[in-house]
Amino acid sequence: MKNIRNFCIIAHIDHGKSTLADRLLDATGTVTSREKQDQLLDSMDLERERGITIKSHAIQMDYVHKGEKYTLNLIDTPGHVDFSYEVSRSIAACEGALLIVDAAQSIQAQTISNLYLALENDLTIIPVLNKVDLPSANIEEVTDDIVDLLGCDPEEVIPASAKTGVGIEEILTAIIDRVPPPKGDPNQSLQALIFDSVYNPFRGVETYFRVLNGEISKGQHIKFMATGKSYFADEVGTLKLKQVPKTVIKTGDVGYLITGIKEAKEVKVGDTITDSKNPTTNMVEGFEDVKPMVFAGIYPVDTEEYEELRNSMEKLQLNDASLVFQPESSAALGFGFRCGFLGMLHLEIIQERLEREFDMTVITTVPNVSYQAYTHKDPETPILVNNPSDLPEPSSLNRVEEPYIKATIITKSDFVGNVMSLCIEKRGEITNQTYLTTERVELSFDMPLAEIVFDFYDRLKTVSKGYASFDYSPIGLRTSQLVKVDVLLNGNIVDALSALLHKDNAYDIGKKMCEKLRQLIPRQQFDIPIQAAIGAKIISRETVKALRKDVTAKCYGGDISRKRKLLEKQKKGKKRMRQVGNVEIPQEAFMAVLKLND
Amino acid sequence: MVEALCVELELRKAELQEEVETIYFGGGTPSLLASEELAAIFETIYKHYKVSKNPEITLEANPDDLSEEKLKTFKSAGINRLSIGVQSFFEEDLQLMNRAHNEKEAFASIEMAQLFFENISIDLIYGIPGMTNERWLKNLEIAISLNVPHLSCYALTVEPKTALETFIKKGIVPEVEDGVAADHHKLLIAETSKAGYDNYEFSNFGKDGFYSKNNTAYWQGKPYLGIGPSAHGYNGKERSWNVSNNTIYIKKIREGELPLTKELLSINDRFNEYVMTGLRTKWGISMKRVETEFGSEYRKHIDNQSKNHINNGILKFDGDILKITAKGKFLSDGVASDLFFID
Repeated sequence: MKNIRNFCIIAHIDHGKSTLADRLLDATGTVTSREKQDQLLDSMDLERERGITIKSHAIQMDYVHKGEKYTLNLIDTPGHVDFSYEVSRSIAACEGALLIVDAAQSIQAQTISNLYLALENDLTIIPVLNKVDLPSANIEEVTDDIVDLLGCDPEEVIPASAKTGVGIEEILTAIIDRVPPPKGDPNQSLQALIFDSVYNPFRGVETYFRVLNGEISKGQHIKFMATGKSYFADEVGTLKLKQVPKTVIKTGDVGYLITGIKEAKEVKVGDTITDSKNPTTNMVEGFEDVKPMVFAGIYPVDTEEYEELRNSMEKLQLNDASLVFQPESSAALGFGFRCGFLGMLHLEIIQERLEREFDMTVITTVPNVSYQAYTHKDPETPILVNNPSDLPEPSSLNRVEEPYIKATIITKSDFVGNVMSLCIEKRGEITNQTYLTTERVELSFDMPLAEIVFDFYDRLKTVSKGYASFDYSPIGLRTSQLVKVDVLLNGNIVDALSALLHKDNAYDIGKKMCEKLRQLIPRQQFDIPIQAAIGAKIISRETVKALRKDVTAKCYGGDISRKRKLLEKQKKGKKRMRQVGNVEIPQEAFMAVLKLND
Repeated sequence: MVEALCVELELRKAELQEEVETIYFGGGTPSLLASEELAAIFETIYKHYKVSKNPEITLEANPDDLSEEKLKTFKSAGINRLSIGVQSFFEEDLQLMNRAHNEKEAFASIEMAQLFFENISIDLIYGIPGMTNERWLKNLEIAISLNVPHLSCYALTVEPKTALETFIKKGIVPEVEDGVAADHHKLLIAETSKAGYDNYEFSNFGKDGFYSKNNTAYWQGKPYLGIGPSAHGYNGKERSWNVSNNTIYIKKIREGELPLTKELLSINDRFNEYVMTGLRTKWGISMKRVETEFGSEYRKHIDNQSKNHINNGILKFDGDILKITAKGKFLSDGVASDLFFID
């Protein structure tokens, strides 16, 4: 046990976490050059393309230091605020963390909140100043920022470049010297923390765990404490680049478990594995049932593909337990599903995976958060509103409560004014403002979660010229003055476009939604009025003018196949549109109404 | 070039077994051909192909190319139909479209051509920026009074990367409004029908016995051979086209090689082409033909996809023939793509 080191990496998106991890794998000989590819740990195409880590990953490295062999377990964590619970569980499985800071960009909000998590879990922090080879690197200043933040010695900060390989040996040495070996009692009954799971269509769900006390053996009868379900450990092993089966995984080590579980939702991140005959009484602290934050309807573009969509969603849920869904129907779109997501990125990922992995063409309706409504009749019993059309009639409505968050934004002092105006426009109340350095300011706001869903990230990026980072955590529900804004196309309400908005913003947003839709809905053979309404009251109106000419003048010998190809392309575009009443609405229009300021 | 054309004709003689019913000289300015050149081409055709007794032989010409001498040459070479690119009888329109001829030449060329040819077609363009309804109507009246038996009338299309597109972008020329073109189209339909022209294809109007046989063959899916740079051919299964670059074309032909690109049409491609061309012509889409040539799945597809358009008065059934209505004519591309069959 004294030669085991468990560590994770804390870094902001683009600060070079995945590349640095690749370098560590190289240096320890964990990958041969034949197996090499960029962002090795990011196994989904989506992750590589977007340069972000969506799922946690783990890998074991062997490293010889001063003649002694060490086992290093790297637990890679997701790099987005939507997945902060997963990050917290990965951190809880480690004794140390590499804090990677981009030498040009310095510390970001997301890094700080994950760093606090690591500190709360008593992790040893090894600060690494990455990308020191960049011409724009600001080595001294950023080192000072790190020293200020951690209260550490400047010498403790390791300058490195994942690109050139500078500092990699120093990092490995620091992991061995500074990170303490795991503590834990091999003689106690089994207590292991689940920090991730991966769905394998052939072998069932693979559970990744860290043994805190006791040990886990092949063939052992085990129990997951939160779900209360018992299993037989068909296989245990360690995670090299490929899985290596073992007979036992001992105290302090990291490994995988295969039990034949077919559904990802049986394996809850944060759950405790114990022996079923001789269970521990202590569950690992910090377990939570992950709750979806954002809801949206997902519908097939072609109504006949509903059953296919259901199959695809079920398959997706097998390997993404945080996706929840239930059938719903919409007057405009027919049958589909109301789905819950961890956040907007998660929603985008699900939509993309449905299209790529399952070849589905889907419409995602305007997303919303989860509200609680109370009626006059029964002002104490909350009605859950995950869909704007579930909101009770205004006359019977006593009040509505909406989820609030604490938003933390770190930006340059030049942009404080811009960021504040944006947050105030988004109904934020400032609660704190701290100068981290003379240049860098941390702002805290209490804000409705719904405002984050509507067009917040992109605008924050714009008003801060990219120099703002953002993190949030839920702080409960507050009463709000909300109204339901409906959109009518050709006089008919399209429920999939309805949104719950604060009454002060409703007119403005309703107007912008109409304008956006006018740009997105193609001209058809008749005028299409687009209206926004609160109840029976129309608050805005636009018109898509009728198409009057859609014909080619010449269609002779050489024109025929060119023209056919053009019209075939057009037809394919139309297949991605949904007919509501007699209006054809392009798939992207449903989501684009969120990006009102483009 | 003419030498190369003759070599290509010889190289491809096996491709066309059917009797040749029409010959068309088009694209660019075939009216520049000298009498010996025309004679050489005809000689090659008659030597290697079976030509029917009374073939339709058309030549495209610009008004400024036509002289009495030229017309005589064409006539004696065997040309029996002229297609003249008049475009408009008004100076403003001709200048805007950057035409080499003026309004006087437009008149004169037609009157002169009529001394030698009866079967004459002229091209006219409507929906031109700045063209009023009155001016378009005048154009039509002139064409009708000249007693030309065939008209090709095209709605102006602003092609990308042309001078006109640049002018419109810069605001030098006003934008082409769809509504204006649609109004001109209405006038066109009304005037030609009064004067006894039949609108047998979207842009083509002919008096009885004066339809373009050559162009009709394209729309009815008959095989044809395309000779020369950029020329397209069709054999019922495959479309092929020559390289467009003149130098490469001549070089390849000299080496005895056909500079062709071929494309095999799938059943969907052929169906889609039938739908597209069928909707443009007065012959429409025959359900019987769809059933026999493509199968009942395609027939069902048409029934499903046409419902809305029939309800909206854009399409109609005339017995077993699906046709576009007068109301739908100006929207026929979008309607065709709605009826397309795509995997």
